[in-house]
Amino acid sequence: MADQEITLMKGNEAIAHAAIRCGCDGYFGYPITPQSEVLETLAEQKPWETTGMVVLQAESEVSSINMVYGGACTGKKVMTSSSSPGVSLMQEGISYMAGAELPALIVNVMRGGPGLGTIQPSQSDYFQACKGGGHGDYHLIVLAPASVQEMADFVDLAFTLAFRYRNPAMILADGAIGQMMEKVVLPPFKPRRTEEEIIKECPWATTGRIGGRKPNIITSLELRSEEMEVINLRIQAKYREIEAKEVRYEEFMLDDAEYAIVAFGSAARIAKKSIEIARSQGIKVGLLRPITLWPFPTKEVKSLASRVKGILSLEINAGQMVEDIRLAVEGAVPVLHFGRLGGIIPDPDEVVEVLKSSF
Amino acid sequence: MTREEIIEKGQLVYKKPTLLNDTPMHYCPGCSHGVVHKLVSEVIEEMGMTDKTIAISPVGCAVFAYKYIDVDWQEAAHGRAPALASATKRLWPDRLVFTYQGDGDLACIGTAETIHALNRAENITIIFINNAIYGMTGGQMAPTTLLGMKTATCPYGREVKLHGYPLKVTEIAATLDGTCYVTRQAVHTVAAINRAKKAIRKAFEYSMQGKGSNLVEIVSTCNSGWKMSPEKANKWMEENMFEFYHLGDLKDTGADK
Repeated sequence: MADQEITLMKGNEAIAHAAIRCGCDGYFGYPITPQSEVLETLAEQKPWETTGMVVLQAESEVSSINMVYGGACTGKKVMTSSSSPGVSLMQEGISYMAGAELPALIVNVMRGGPGLGTIQPSQSDYFQACKGGGHGDYHLIVLAPASVQEMADFVDLAFTLAFRYRNPAMILADGAIGQMMEKVVLPPFKPRRTEEEIIKECPWATTGRIGGRKPNIITSLELRSEEMEVINLRIQAKYREIEAKEVRYEEFMLDDAEYAIVAFGSAARIAKKSIEIARSQGIKVGLLRPITLWPFPTKEVKSLASRVKGILSLEINAGQMVEDIRLAVEGAVPVLHFGRLGGIIPDPDEVVEVLKSSF
Repeated sequence: MTREEIIEKGQLVYKKPTLLNDTPMHYCPGCSHGVVHKLVSEVIEEMGMTDKTIAISPVGCAVFAYKYIDVDWQEAAHGRAPALASATKRLWPDRLVFTYQGDGDLACIGTAETIHALNRAENITIIFINNAIYGMTGGQMAPTTLLGMKTATCPYGREVKLHGYPLKVTEIAATLDGTCYVTRQAVHTVAAINRAKKAIRKAFEYSMQGKGSNLVEIVSTCNSGWKMSPEKANKWMEENMFEFYHLGDLKDTGADK
């Protein structure tokens, strides 16, 4: 079957192909390294001639996220992608979408910062992605792919979760996953929903008052404090439900492990190599890879702490996820962090040396 | 004579548009917003687009426009309404999509979104209320504040050395290849209201005919911000605003497209 063909492509290209195949209605983006291949691939594929998907290059990331906001208001499956500095510009729109409870997909192919930083890979937007990022009390659903295959698979998953909870979802990748070429089986084609289906599935959407229904209003504004608190509490209750139901993670060689590495995305791939090397030297170490960074696998990390003597948080940043691990572990075992900065990827051997010297 | 008898005998000369609901408006007495809301409502109704309209409200005095006109509304972030409208129209091409924005929203924080949406020839209409002041936040200087005009942030009058010049966004819009119809109107007299209504209708029709983007500026009063009675504000507008912001069509290529 053509759909099951194995192809070789970049992570960024996989995002674009997966978007077309999963029935995405619109992509709005702005070029920035190292994610420009998403927009380039879409422009080259011309999905507006096949599936009818809208592809538009905006004048800025501020505009592209607000195009996503507008499209999401109408119940359409819409997305954008960018890299760290561009995602900083998008925080206003993301906050509005979280406040208005809208489904959408934002892809961040992270590069090093702060500021203009570097175009090399980094995981230093963990805080921004998982702790709100913009203003106000909110969360995104954050998925962390560790392969080109997961870049392809998480597009549909992110849309599914975003629509299930009427909440923006983010794929938090990095420059390495975005740029590397790997084997991938693209998801099968799924038709875009018809306008009738959207109107039926999203009775809240601003589709026009078809059938003479009452006006739909999408807003995050409520000036009456007592009303605004009710809205906030409802959104918080939704987050508690997501935390209870949507945690995803992978375990690797943890059964007999005396030490554990917790790592996501590219860092998790490095961790697996380090574990192979360490085990050949008699060090029993395994990996817990959070796939959802928010909701974070807090229970799983806590339970891990009862089975191992120490945990290493391996991140390509100065130590961000390590805070969530420590909150989960509550001091039961030592939790250390190791990371490289400035766009440098940790070497598996240096991770093994860190394991040896730390525990 | 009862209401029904008047309607039956065909003597009805005026009625509130059905789309304009009974929610008490938060606008100040004498403000132009109420009249423009009425015109927009009338035009949507007369075009038979009630069930196919998606409107975008701004941040500014018209932030609550969605409370008064019974169509679907999206409430944008400050200045971003044209970006929302662009995506909405492209995703729902047979819908009537318009934004309703003030001068701070459109001509200052949203300049990029405005110019690029217009120049992409998005088939939308932008209704632009220009009262030369930030009304909602309490009367601060706007990009369109006239030289010499006093506001909370230029209490001694706007001067070039400190604040630069007022911006004529509508003139800029008329130079853009993407725009189809660009006009500047007012609603201070019955004749002006009739002209403004025709302009809104023309803009909405062009947008539905796929002729490109349309900008209808309404030079307006802000009697609270200007600290004038409604009557005096109208007079001041005629004497000062119209001298700088000339009324009339700046561009109409609808017939050529």
